[in-house]
Amino acid sequence: MTELPRDQVLTEVGLHPTRKGRVLLIACGALAREIVALRERNGWTHMDLTCLPAIFHNHPERIVPAIEAAVKKHRDHYDEMFVVYADCGTGGQLQAACERLEVSMVKGPHCYAFYDGLDHFAARDEITSFYLTDFLARQFDAFVWKPLGLEKHPELLEMYFGNYEKLVYLAQVEDADLDARAQVLADRLGLAYERRFTGYGDLATALAPLG
Amino acid sequence: MADEDDIILADLDDEELVKQMFDDLYDGLKEEIEEGVNILLGRNWMPYRVLTEALVGGMKIVGDDFRDGILFVPEVLLAANAMKGGMAILKPLLAETGAPRMGKMVIGTVKGDIHDIGKNLVGMMMEGAGFEVVDLGINNAVEKYMDALVEEDADILGMSALLTTTMPYMKVVIDTMIETGVRDDYIILVGGAPLNEEFGKAIGADAYCRDAAVAVETAKQFMARKHNELAAG
Repeated sequence: MTELPRDQVLTEVGLHPTRKGRVLLIACGALAREIVALRERNGWTHMDLTCLPAIFHNHPERIVPAIEAAVKKHRDHYDEMFVVYADCGTGGQLQAACERLEVSMVKGPHCYAFYDGLDHFAARDEITSFYLTDFLARQFDAFVWKPLGLEKHPELLEMYFGNYEKLVYLAQVEDADLDARAQVLADRLGLAYERRFTGYGDLATALAPLG
Repeated sequence: MADEDDIILADLDDEELVKQMFDDLYDGLKEEIEEGVNILLGRNWMPYRVLTEALVGGMKIVGDDFRDGILFVPEVLLAANAMKGGMAILKPLLAETGAPRMGKMVIGTVKGDIHDIGKNLVGMMMEGAGFEVVDLGINNAVEKYMDALVEEDADILGMSALLTTTMPYMKVVIDTMIETGVRDDYIILVGGAPLNEEFGKAIGADAYCRDAAVAVETAKQFMARKHNELAAG
């Protein structure tokens, strides 16, 4: 099993490539464990992985410049590159950048949609649901609680989450502890709770053609 | 700090009190702001003067520091909450005391989107600047905007979105206004984290507003232009 850094490192720093393999996946740090799991399950040993800091999830304006820099930096060392990001709040700018750079990327608005399956997610049309993935459930404090100032000012909770009704935990793996944790997080936010097992959803479908 | 805790607001002269209220707004101290507002009213300040000099003046500093990356969303929300406390006292008094009316705005978050923090800040700052604000809330379909603009005889339409998946709906609203021949009857301002000036232009809005302070200034400029055009016409 490939060793990955701690979640905190994937959140704040990301992951450097090993320069082994002919295909480089440039991904969000929040997807690192899932991509490695798929790589090992499918024997995709020709795929190398580098990740941008997962916390860019909270700063989509940083994604496009970082992707551009990564593609330019690593381009000469690989035959092919693939960007494992969906739109992720960039408002089409990442798609435009990938077209300029002549690299492909994952379809869809964000990882919640591609884990759930793009068609499924769109059909649900759930506008009052707040989503977590395995990674976000583990890193909830770093992505939600602290940046929103809720640690010091829980009175802001209603302003942030007052219009939400439900926390939907999209589970990539069966993990009872993480399920219990997500339930606690839903309680903390004052939201109803639903767990949906998605597995790797359209992430697996997106990577398969590179296999 | 202990020294600050010991400040008795009622002991401060007007200038010191307004300065202290700026600090209290910055620190999001709602009760202190409410107390300060009541003290100034007790000293026969007109409600509009309290609003503009003490509250809007203080929020301008908060807005500037947010723009410059010194303050972040949680601090701005705490400051806004404090201002809201002061506004609640002043609002009923403003109408009674003939405060200037700058214009009327219908504002709402677009269909499919439930995020309202930015919209609420804009609404509050617009009210602070003397605009009448009709807040349609969240998840608004085009019909709701169109009906409200007519019913309220509004001057300005404000649309907000936080999601890249929902912001294109603003174009649906503007296109419908064009089709029905009412587009030029209103000033259309748009805002929200994923938007930018280019997007605002592309969908046919009059302006993209980066934050609440910009929204207020932009609305004022467009209203002045509208008045000038009417005067010239």
